[in-house]
Amino acid sequence: MKFKAMTAVVALAISAPLVFAGGADDDTLAIDGEEMISKTAAPAHMEETGIDTIISGWHFREDDTQSMQTDSFDNPGMIFVDQAMDMWSTVEGEAGESCASCHGDVSTFEGLTTKMPKVNEDGELVVMEDIINNCRTERMQADAWKWSGNDMQSMVALIGNQSLGMPMDVAIDGPAAEYWKQGKEMYYTRYGQLELSCANCHEQNYGNYIRADHLSQGQINGFPTYRLKQAKLISKHNRFRGCIRDTRAETFAEGSDEFRALELYVASRGNGLSVETPAVRQ
Amino acid sequence: MDFTRRETVALGGAAVLTFVLPFRANAATEDLINEFTGGAELADSGVELDAPEIAENGNTVPISVSAPGASAIMVLAAGNPTPPVATFNFGPLAASQTASTRIRLAGTQDVIAIAKLEDGSFARSAKNVKVTIGGCGG
Amino acid sequence: MASGVKPRVKVPSSASAGDAITIKTLISHPMESGQRKDGDGNTIPRSIINRFTCEFNGESVIDVKMEPAISTNPYFEFEATVPEAGEFVFTWYDDDGSVYNENKAISV
Repeated sequence: MKFKAMTAVVALAISAPLVFAGGADDDTLAIDGEEMISKTAAPAHMEETGIDTIISGWHFREDDTQSMQTDSFDNPGMIFVDQAMDMWSTVEGEAGESCASCHGDVSTFEGLTTKMPKVNEDGELVVMEDIINNCRTERMQADAWKWSGNDMQSMVALIGNQSLGMPMDVAIDGPAAEYWKQGKEMYYTRYGQLELSCANCHEQNYGNYIRADHLSQGQINGFPTYRLKQAKLISKHNRFRGCIRDTRAETFAEGSDEFRALELYVASRGNGLSVETPAVRQ
Repeated sequence: MDFTRRETVALGGAAVLTFVLPFRANAATEDLINEFTGGAELADSGVELDAPEIAENGNTVPISVSAPGASAIMVLAAGNPTPPVATFNFGPLAASQTASTRIRLAGTQDVIAIAKLEDGSFARSAKNVKVTIGGCGG
Repeated sequence: MASGVKPRVKVPSSASAGDAITIKTLISHPMESGQRKDGDGNTIPRSIINRFTCEFNGESVIDVKMEPAISTNPYFEFEATVPEAGEFVFTWYDDDGSVYNENKAISV
């Protein structure tokens, strides 16, 4: 019996799925024929990290996931960009204004996402969600949108999509320097019972597998991202929250100052990569 | 029949593996096929099914089916809690009997396509899709 | 359901008579499978689009019976023959009785 039992175990082990070798692939990302910068030299501030090439998360995905992003119709995230286009010209709030009544065509925001997050005139670090909600509550006198809600992330995606293909270029000096330093410190802080920092997975182990997840560099140039798992647009802060929660830590809130600072630092690690919003991930 | 503790654990593990990797269509699937074909024999050629070998997320798995001249193609996921996925009925203005969609797979399993061909006969094609379960949740 | 459902359809604006063209459709819909439970352990009732049809000048191109195993935001791609100028009519049928329509004219 002993022999039989062990044979059965061995036979099943052989038929179980194999683990595949990692690394980023060498495919070229083009969206509707327009080539994206999905691999490029790391920005100067990353010299000490040992990473010389920054790589879009797209290169770590399976072919079928990749191909959904290469055609703007096949990309399910674009439905939400379409929905945001309808909202763009919808009047809401006491002031009787829509986005369009002040800003005209949304294409006037071409390039804005490449500079986000940024420090505003009051010296505060702001992300796109802040700008949108500020417009809604101040100028439109409408209700603020929920951070990771469908309306908010669709609008962030619509504005991001205006910069499709343009390289990320956030400022990390001047008034941004303090926030950037705070974000960097968070990036290297080990959180949770598992004592994992962002860097443990996304700097030291990108290309390797954590269980069945193929670790990327954790770039955010494609956010909001249509994630196949949730089948909707996922915000940057929601993803940060998910990562920190997975370390079994108490996480920061979406829209917290901590996540704004982390967003600036992570965005700066992607300086030079094309905006891919909305990207498609697993 | 004396099992050591270690063997019992190993066998338990083997049983779980067998359970999560169903290689054969279950009874519900057989019934659905019979309902569609009226129990007719299934040819091995005549319908093509394209699906990824490995799906990164079982929630959205792209598949496509093709069966020249067919009037209908039924797609089943044998390992889902409810196996039916879709039935494509092609009209006179279909330029080809080809269709693509995105489907949900509850785990690693066989996806099956059954086509009703022009001459009234039926063909079957199946593909095993491995669904990975990642370490990082939402 | 019926809130925020938005169809998208990709059809070339013109073709030659008798041409085969590729059509793609996408519609925003949660496709609630009826298999999931909410936070209190109660089953979330099924709410899906159960049928999709495409017709050209009243004649069928494709008629799809859809089950809960179709992903959220259902996507279809297929090919149609265009015998003459006319209009494609795309229709999605929701479990709740709602019907979503999209029309696309094509010249020859």
